[in-house]
Amino acid sequence: MDIRAQISMVFHLDKCIGCHTCSIACKNVWTDRKGAEYMWWNNVETKPGTGYPHRWEDQEDYKGGWEKKGDKVELKGAGKFRGLKNIFHNPSQPVMDDYYEPWTYKYSDLIDSPEGDDQPTARPVSLITGKHIDLKSGPNWDDDLSGSEIYAKNDPNFSVLDKQEQEDLFKLEKMVMSYLPRICNHCLNPACLASCPSGAIYKRGEDGVVLINQEVCRAWRMCVTSCPYKKSYYNWSSGKSEKCILCYPRIEAGEVPACMHSCVGRIRYLGVLLYDADKLESVVHMDENKLIDGQMDAIVNPHDPEIIEQARKNGIHDSMIEAAQKSPIYKWVKEWGLALPLHAEYRTIPMLFYVPPLLPIMGNVSENIYDNKNETYFTSIDQCRLPIKYLAGLFSAGDEGRIRHVLKKLMAVRIHRRGESVGDIEKEYVAGALKEVGMSPEMGEAIYKLSSLCTFEERFVVPASHREEAIEMTKMVLEQKGEVGFGFSDRPDRVL
Amino acid sequence: MLNLFLFVILPYVAIILELVVSIYRYYNNSYKFSSLSSEFLESDQLFWGSVPFHYGIITILLGHVIGFLFPSHVLAFGAVPVRLLIIEVTALIFGLLALFGLIMLVKRRMTDPRVQVVSTKMDFFILILLLLQVASGVGTAVMYRWGMNWYAISMVPYLKSLVFFKPDMSYVASMPWMVKFHIVNAFLIIAVLPFTRLLHFLVLPVHYLWRSWQVVIWNYDRKKIRKSK
Repeated sequence: MDIRAQISMVFHLDKCIGCHTCSIACKNVWTDRKGAEYMWWNNVETKPGTGYPHRWEDQEDYKGGWEKKGDKVELKGAGKFRGLKNIFHNPSQPVMDDYYEPWTYKYSDLIDSPEGDDQPTARPVSLITGKHIDLKSGPNWDDDLSGSEIYAKNDPNFSVLDKQEQEDLFKLEKMVMSYLPRICNHCLNPACLASCPSGAIYKRGEDGVVLINQEVCRAWRMCVTSCPYKKSYYNWSSGKSEKCILCYPRIEAGEVPACMHSCVGRIRYLGVLLYDADKLESVVHMDENKLIDGQMDAIVNPHDPEIIEQARKNGIHDSMIEAAQKSPIYKWVKEWGLALPLHAEYRTIPMLFYVPPLLPIMGNVSENIYDNKNETYFTSIDQCRLPIKYLAGLFSAGDEGRIRHVLKKLMAVRIHRRGESVGDIEKEYVAGALKEVGMSPEMGEAIYKLSSLCTFEERFVVPASHREEAIEMTKMVLEQKGEVGFGFSDRPDRVL
Repeated sequence: MLNLFLFVILPYVAIILELVVSIYRYYNNSYKFSSLSSEFLESDQLFWGSVPFHYGIITILLGHVIGFLFPSHVLAFGAVPVRLLIIEVTALIFGLLALFGLIMLVKRRMTDPRVQVVSTKMDFFILILLLLQVASGVGTAVMYRWGMNWYAISMVPYLKSLVFFKPDMSYVASMPWMVKFHIVNAFLIIAVLPFTRLLHFLVLPVHYLWRSWQVVIWNYDRKKIRKSK
């Protein structure tokens, strides 16, 4: 048993309103720089839709993630042989047009234009070349465009739906959409890391954050190809790859990452999970339908005395163990089993989990009367506008049963709360609904509270990083006291 | 005097510059120790430039190194005309491949507006040096045939004399101008190498082949901290 700690996240998709505040917060803090204009370490996508970069889930094209061939698991688009072979030209690397060409507007034209018959306009200018461009794509270009021919229809996840189901999603009355905010998953088996020829990418032992050492990165760009979530980006100006750093300078100071802190819908949760690193190798090699079970099995109970002892032996600090015990993530993922990883079939063991969306609220219209009560408890889940099959493709590696079970649980919480707050449902009906998903009323209440009434401190449990102890190891504390900040001894420009 | 400068002083200056500057930069300015990739900005033309150039130049360079290290074996191998012919033709093909790739790379860097943004003067300078080098190499191969043999007989002793610090110019003094140019230009490339993007070939990621797939780094060892108290 090799117990390690991982700072992990849950996004509750039912609560996401698609406001992009998270993206803006991240942009302002980290990627508002030359070469990083096109990067969105945090982005929010509309599903069904093609996403960012365009059709990123199409791994036949982008070759991201791991692939199981017989008993072996190997990188799909990189690796020791394939990566070095393609080092002169990487055929699967996304190019700028797969994202979009960043631009600004020539605002000075509004003031400087000579008097004429027409109003002056500020034309878009490329942030790369400085020349005028015709805008073909941009950040959130397909925002809210589900049901559209160009964007929704090209969603790679549609391949699991049959023709009728696909067509249904384009009918005006049946159209549906949901938001999918994405950041780096800080995986337990990161493909970006495994593919880096320079060895610049590493996982921090203390909290599991995956980082790229900018001094060691030599711009081979294999991480961009092999990250199946396309969350490693190439900075065309500095010649280095960059990715979400989970705001580690904030986390180390006990602050919450910028995207999570600013989340308007309060959909985001952050906390520590303890996991058994010895189990990871077997999890990575499991069959597709067992991957999530394996991952859940590797995440261990932080209240178990034996686990605590092993964690202490591994040098995990008491404050980290305490944070793991208070972790909202452990509740969502393990205790309640409501949060699932995105595209587990890529085999990277992502540590960002999603509570799948239940919206729109389901109901029936019979004899012109809208009714949200059903004869049986959960029939309406299968009549859900977003097909179960589609959700299963996103969150459960195609296992519809698992998604159905999660949705039933979420529905049971709603039935329970309807019984509590409105009281127009019989007690037996509520009890029956809870019983069918194996949920006690207390658990239903706890889920409701952490979903709807949660405070900042309940959503985010950031462990103390104890940098003071780290500094004592290598530096004179009084010397360190006079120093501030972190970063480059050299300007990150490339003129030579 | 000119010969002394070109064939003795320049090579030593070039190699010293190469070693000192690249080692200094590796330890003091590791951040810029790479080639600034522009595949993200332009991918299609890069394929037709980068791939033929790299495969061509690596094969040719390997040929030069083998000839330098084992001249007698090379001579013995080339004693059979058919073998000599095969080697010469193969080398010419790879030389032309490298030349074609280089021309594509120069064209791409000069015409693509996005790539121009990330191009420096040094990029063009090294491209032109390389173009001259490969062109003079291909020219030599065509005009002065059986280079595999005469390289082993008259060029290797010159290079060896440099290596053993007993410089002997007599081998090169009588060479045709194109070969002389090829030699001087080669040392020029070595001299400017640490100031250009060519640096990337000094940090080939060979260790990737035997490193473990995943890398975990502990910033500090908490077990030690516990014990020290």
